[in-house]
This record gives sequence, C-alpha cells and structure tokens, in this order.
Amino acid sequence: MSTTNYRRIATERRKELLNMIYEAKTGHTGGALSSTDILVALHYGIMNIKPSEPKWADRDRFVLSKGHSVEGYLCILADLGFFPKAELMTFSKYGSRLIGHPTNKVPGIEICSGALGHGLPAAVGMALGAKKSGRAYKTYVLMGDGELAEGSVWEGAMAAANYELDNLTAIIDRNGLQISGSTEDVMKLEQLKAKWEAFGWQVFEADGHDIEGLISLMKSFPQTNGKPHMIIANTTKGKGVSFMENVAKWHHGVPSDEQLAQALADLDKTEVGK
Amino acid sequence: MSIPCRQAFSQEVLAQAKNDKNVVVLCTDSRGSVMLGDFAAELPEQFIEVGIAEQNCVGMAAGLANAGLKPFVAGPACFYSMRSAEQVKVDVAYSNSNVKVIGISGGVSYGALGTSHHSLQDIATMTAVPGLTVILPADAWQTKQMTAALTVHEGPVYVRMGRGAVPDLYGPEGESKLAPDFKIGEAIELMQGSDVAIFACGETVWHAWHAGKKLAAAGISASVVDLHTLMPLDEETILRVAAGCKAVVTVEEHSVNGGMGSLVASLLSEHNPKMIKKIALPNENIVTGSSPEVFRHYGITADNIAEQAELLLKKLG
Ligand SMILES: Cc1ncc(C[n+]2csc(CCOP(=O)(O)OP(=O)(O)O)c2C)c(N)n1
Ligand SMILES: [Mg+2]
Repeated sequence: MSTTNYRRIATERRKELLNMIYEAKTGHTGGALSSTDILVALHYGIMNIKPSEPKWADRDRFVLSKGHSVEGYLCILADLGFFPKAELMTFSKYGSRLIGHPTNKVPGIEICSGALGHGLPAAVGMALGAKKSGRAYKTYVLMGDGELAEGSVWEGAMAAANYELDNLTAIIDRNGLQISGSTEDVMKLEQLKAKWEAFGWQVFEADGHDIEGLISLMKSFPQTNGKPHMIIANTTKGKGVSFMENVAKWHHGVPSDEQLAQALADLDKTEVGK
Repeated sequence: MSIPCRQAFSQEVLAQAKNDKNVVVLCTDSRGSVMLGDFAAELPEQFIEVGIAEQNCVGMAAGLANAGLKPFVAGPACFYSMRSAEQVKVDVAYSNSNVKVIGISGGVSYGALGTSHHSLQDIATMTAVPGLTVILPADAWQTKQMTAALTVHEGPVYVRMGRGAVPDLYGPEGESKLAPDFKIGEAIELMQGSDVAIFACGETVWHAWHAGKKLAAAGISASVVDLHTLMPLDEETILRVAAGCKAVVTVEEHSVNGGMGSLVASLLSEHNPKMIKKIALPNENIVTGSSPEVFRHYGITADNIAEQAELLLKKLG
C-alpha cells in the first residue's frame, strides 16, 4: 500500500519549475512538464539513491538524455536534498552552477548532457559496468522522442541488446512534438514499438503521466531475461498547464506574469500526475 | 537597424533560392533557430528537414551536392562543428563537395545553456581541415554579402555566426560607415595605425573597432583588421599590417587554444615575431551567464581590448 502522494509531489515540482523558469527568464518549459511524472516515478518511487551520499557506489544510475528538460530534474534533486532548494532561484544566472542542461558539478547528476543522443550510450556503459563489477544497481535513461533521430541512439540500442543489459531501462517521453512540430511530420518515428523490438528490447507502452502505473510497471520488470527494457511513455508536452499543452512553441518559453498565475492556478485545479 | 546575422543569412538565402532552384537548405529541427520558417513555407521543394540528426544531414548534403544541387546546411554551430565533424571532414571537405555548412548561435551565444551548446573549438578544428573555407561574418550587412558570395562560390565552406542582434558595423547605416566589398579570403582594414595592430573576427570586430576609437582618443594609433575569412588566411595583409605596428592584439569568441589568435601568432612567429596579446575565452569551462555577461567576464570588450593594447605598448617601452 502506497503512502506517498506522488500526484502532490509532481504538482509541487511543476510549480517550482515554472517559478524557476519565470525567475530565470529562460527555460525548456514544454518538455520539462511532459517529463515531470516520469522523473517523479523514478526518483521517488523506484531508484535506490542517497541524497546525503550522491557518489554511493551502489546507487541506481539515471541519465537525463533529453538534457534540455533539466528544470524539473533540478527541482526534484533539490527536494530530495541533493542541494539546497534556495539555489534553484540562481538557475541560469551569472556564476550559478545550475545551468540550462544537466552538469555533474551538481550533486546527484551522473554525467553532463544537452547534446541529444548521448544519454543511451552512456547509460549502456553504466549498465555494462554494473555487470562487469558485479554490482546490483540499475540504470535508467530518459530520452525525447525527437531525439530518436540521432543515430547514436540506435548504436546504443544495438549495444544494449548485444550485451543483454536487463539491468537497463530506457524511457521515451513520447509527447509527439519537437521544436519544429509533430515528430511524425519532422522525421517519422512510427512504428516505434516494432523498431525497438526489432533491436532486441522488451518494449512496454505506458501512460507517462500515471506515476503509480509507471512505478508498478518498473517494479515488475524481470531482471534476468537478458533483454533491456524500453518504456514508451505516452505524454502531453506542457502537461498540466492548459495553454501550453500540445503547443509546439512552448518547447522553450517563459510565462508572463499573467501566464504564470494562470499556470499555477491550472496546476492547483487539476492535480496532474495521473 | 541591427538584426542577428542568422536573420540576414535567412533573408538572403531565400532571395538567392528564389532565383536558383538548385539552392536547397537542410535543417535538423533547427528551422526556427535559424529563422528559416519563411524559407520552409515559401520554398517547400527547396527545404529539406532531416530531424535531429546532424551527421545524417551533412552526409545527405554531400550527396545532394553530388547530384548537382547547392546545399546549405543550417543549425547550431556547436553540433555541426563537433557532432558532424567527420562528415564535414570526409564527405564535404575531403570529397570537395559543394556544401555550405552554416553554424548559427556560435561561440557562447547560448550563454547559460552551457558547454554542450557552446562552440569554442570550431575555428581550431575547421581551419585544420584541408580544403575547407572558414568564415566568421562580423554583422548582418556582411552576412548578407557573404551569403550572396557563397551561392556563387563552388566548394566546401564552414561559416559561424552568433545568435543575438549585433550592432551594424558596415554599410551606409553602419557605425564605421565603411561598405567594403566582401571577398572570400580578403581581410578588411577598418582602421590604419602604427602603434598596435588589432585583429578580430566575427562579432568581436565591433568591439575591436570601438577599442581602436578609444585608443585613438588616448593618442594611440591602432590598425583594426577584420579577418572574416580564417581559411584561407589573408597572410599578406596580416604580415603587412603587423609589420607597420609595434605590437599585436587578437580578439575572438573562441578558446584561446587553436583559434584565430593562434593562427596569427604562428604566422608572425615564422616571419616577423611580435609581442602578442590574445584576447579569447580560456580553455576551461565557461562561467554561467548570458553571452554579454560572459564577454564581460573574460574581457571581450572594447575597454579591455584598449587596456590590453596599452599595457602591451607600455611593456615594450
Ligand atoms: C545534438 C543536438 N541537436 C540539436 C539540439 C537542439 N535541441 C534541443 S531540444 C530539441 C528538440 C527535442 O525534441 P524531443 O527530443 O522530442 O524533446 P521534448 O519534446 O521532450 O522536449 C532540439 C532539436 C540538441 N540539444 N542536441
Ligand atoms: Mg518530444
């Protein structure tokens, strides 16, 4: 029986990230909102991590391959205690260590990202490293759907299957949008599930906003079948803020005073996360 | 009216493409950042979207050139100069393909997005690729001229320009009032002097020009040279201008290692050694900030250029 109110947690992180973007006057808003629930599921419900000991050798590993969605990730790391929450308001400001993409100067972050298509190969190495060193930790990586056009993603996909990395879970934030519009107009991805299956992965489709569902799915993964796991998480870009949902131009964007007020009200009204 | 160089590029490439249907533009989910939305809408047959796949994009451009088209590839300089560096080297330069690689939002334009989005190694890498012409335009006026020149020029080219609007330096409305013809490989002498020679490229030319004015006001006579083309390098102009001055200052938005300053320094060291001050970004992770904040932090400003020139001259006595 779960006692954690994941929906509440996700709503709070969404509000924090919007405030942070508003304060910084820069941010990749849409993708941060589409991935919040996935990040909450991983960090509050699945991963074995110690905020007081970020380099603990047996920690589960996470790579935010869609590095531009760093805002929600930073809010989560601060909430978990990896660094002080007050620091969030320095985001992207002169001299801050919190920049517009993940860097491993920040406690809790494994590897720098921001150039798309790097996360899966790095995660493959982390998962392979666990096998080689006899460690039981698991590795997770979150990618964008537009990101899947990068060839390096498929190089990593092949290697993960080749090395039978059943300790690796990749998640795709399948919001259907990238900067220039629909992924299917820009560079067709479908049949996406069949592609990953053909690459030797065990593929699941899930509601990327159902936190409890994502958690129980990941908890059910067999760790011994020699296949890496893929979750195609169906999401809505801009999730939770009425005027941002499914609007490509909110890929990056800073809300005005009125828009921020409306966004925060939207989030209060309908606690998303499910 | 100052506009970003990328906008001047987009307007001119659209104008050129309307007259020449062999001109095609390839993007990697970058049409918005390059400001090519109008191009894509008006000339859909000449616009090719590749998705977020820079290596594939540059490779495809080489293939299109082979088919007789005139491809321009346009997207963030950081990705084209690093992610697809091998395609630029082999498919474009080595194969002598008529491909123009247009890197936008270069240098530290992306500010607080950080190192993944900065391109502070592109002069070093691209000028060491044989057969590749490397250009950094200074302002919108020059970018427009350059773009027109590129549609006529046959051969592999890498261009880097910035993101923000830059003050107009050239043209009838420009601060210098100079309107020199743009010729690939021919440096532009903005100011002639006998104390210090200042070489700059890209958007730092504006700062160098202001430094020259400041120095003049302080009674120091400076040459200011716009080295828009870094490969092939205008060695004749560099050697002549440096010979007429006591010391040299170089200014660029690039790592201090392997950039324009290094090109100038190694040329001079072989022919006519001079005291040189290189003003550039240090070879370390850059401080978080907007691009003007980063410029100020590392002294890429007219004030600091002038100050460094004076210090250099004092040292020489
Ligand atoms: C190699 C690389 N090319 C281009 C970019 C610029 N870029 C940042 S985000 C983005 C779109 C990403 O779309 P998607 O992966 O679908 O992310 P999401 O919709 O979740 O925001 C692009 C092209 C980049 N960061 N890295
Ligand atoms: Mg997407």
